[in-house]
Amino acid sequence: MNRLSADRVTVAFDGLTALSEVDLEVTPGRITGLIGPNGAGKTTLVNVLTGFQKPTGGAVTLNGTNLSALEPHEVRRQGVARTFQGGRLFRDLPVIDNLEVTGVGLGKSRAAAIAEAEEMLAWVGIAPLADRIAGTLPYTDERRVAIGRALMGRPGFVLLDEPAAGMSAQEADELAHLVRRIAGEMGCGVLLIEHNVGLVLELCDHIVVLDSGAVIEAGDPAAIRGSEKVRHAYMGTAADTDLPVLEVME
Amino acid sequence: MTAILQTVFDALSLGSLYALGALGIALIFGVMRLVNFAHGDVIAFSIFALLWPSTDVVAAVVAGNLPWFLLIPFVLAMGAGLSVLAEIVVFRRFRNASPATMMIASFALGFVIRYFLLMLFSSRPKSISLLPALSQPVEVLGARIPLLQLITILTTIAILFGLTAFLKRSRFGLEMRAAAENFTMARVLGVRANRVIMGAFALSGALAAAIALILGSQTGTADIQMGTNVMLMAFIATVIGGLGSLPGAVIAGFLLGAASVAMQVSLSIDARPFRDAFVYGAVILVLIFRPQGLLAGRGTKERV
Repeated sequence: MNRLSADRVTVAFDGLTALSEVDLEVTPGRITGLIGPNGAGKTTLVNVLTGFQKPTGGAVTLNGTNLSALEPHEVRRQGVARTFQGGRLFRDLPVIDNLEVTGVGLGKSRAAAIAEAEEMLAWVGIAPLADRIAGTLPYTDERRVAIGRALMGRPGFVLLDEPAAGMSAQEADELAHLVRRIAGEMGCGVLLIEHNVGLVLELCDHIVVLDSGAVIEAGDPAAIRGSEKVRHAYMGTAADTDLPVLEVME
Repeated sequence: MTAILQTVFDALSLGSLYALGALGIALIFGVMRLVNFAHGDVIAFSIFALLWPSTDVVAAVVAGNLPWFLLIPFVLAMGAGLSVLAEIVVFRRFRNASPATMMIASFALGFVIRYFLLMLFSSRPKSISLLPALSQPVEVLGARIPLLQLITILTTIAILFGLTAFLKRSRFGLEMRAAAENFTMARVLGVRANRVIMGAFALSGALAAAIALILGSQTGTADIQMGTNVMLMAFIATVIGGLGSLPGAVIAGFLLGAASVAMQVSLSIDARPFRDAFVYGAVILVLIFRPQGLLAGRGTKERV
């Protein structure tokens, strides 16, 4: 069966354990949420899943094949794409070029890359922005470009790292709609990493909660909503930005 | 009127040299954050390539006697070849080194090239007869200017347009623009890093060779030091233009050319030998008011 999975993934360096035997599975057409307080290891896990960081223990497998030894661009070619916090577009390049260079990087001809880039911009709803310089776009459009870039080459799996950060409620709603389409229409397996727990509870079929590098809870939104452990993990870091999160969870 | 026109042509042709030099430096800085101080020595190497295999005092054998349509590609290929070789042998090992380390490596490489030439050809400038037909004057709007000056300006403009089109429209150009802005991200997305960097070195080397051809035809000599002055001005142009910004490098190159020629004609006879000092003074002024350069380059922005 098609799946992207982390099996007992551990990342330890300099006596610090960033991830400890983490299990996680993303399957096609489903949205999996990854939440946890600041510093829980969410981005580290995404880095491991996409080849940016090598696990010191455990393995990342795609449909049974071990991805752990591959470089990021090789993982990307296997059909595991990601976005980055803050977008990280080529800000001096036009929007269309941002997507096109990804297509070319995936081994397409230039013409095929342009055709797919145009199609993808239309699909994420920003076709009129094709010739704008990426760095001049408003925040929300920038995020859509980043998502469009990740969807180039129709990856089987896409990992979205805090796509709703800094968005208003309405903007987050529009984003939620797009994420649903990515899983539904495109059949992608989506891993959604978000601070906005309300959004995750609303969108995801399955949620994994990390705290201090370990999975403390996993289950459907109802199970996560009712979990004492999760509540406790967030209470423990109530001093950071997570107070509004608690309100959402009440 | 003709005097003004003559001055304008002087400024444009000198600016062309500086712009071509600055472009060669900015191209490599863009993809590697390397300030390549060996660039001037690639210029010298390209011109001496005409003399091979003879190291005699009287020169221009083999390649130097080729017809122009073979000679020009030959020299461009020598510049590009040496530059690519430098990338493979030297700079590839410093990919992850700090910009300062790479800069020192480029100094070292420059010395190696210079002393290699010194060993073969000695330090005495050699007289060469390169494309002598170009020294004839032509009349443009009443001003008599050397044909070479006109060709220099037109060639530079053609190179600038050609390079812009190439970077905008070709697949390689797309990859290079992406790599110049964020090398790590480009690589992550599958951009062929080695090819992009080698391509940048090849282009930069060919630009150095183009300067060598122009200087060689202008002065009729091959001199180990011939790249040094252009290189210094070109380096200053890349800084004024905003390190890493290609349009900035070109604009600043032409501005420096204009400033040099303007001072040459406006300074009193006694002050003329100090022309460059005045130009550098102006550069310092520009940098005091705009330390990031005229067009802020990518090198000054945060990298991922």
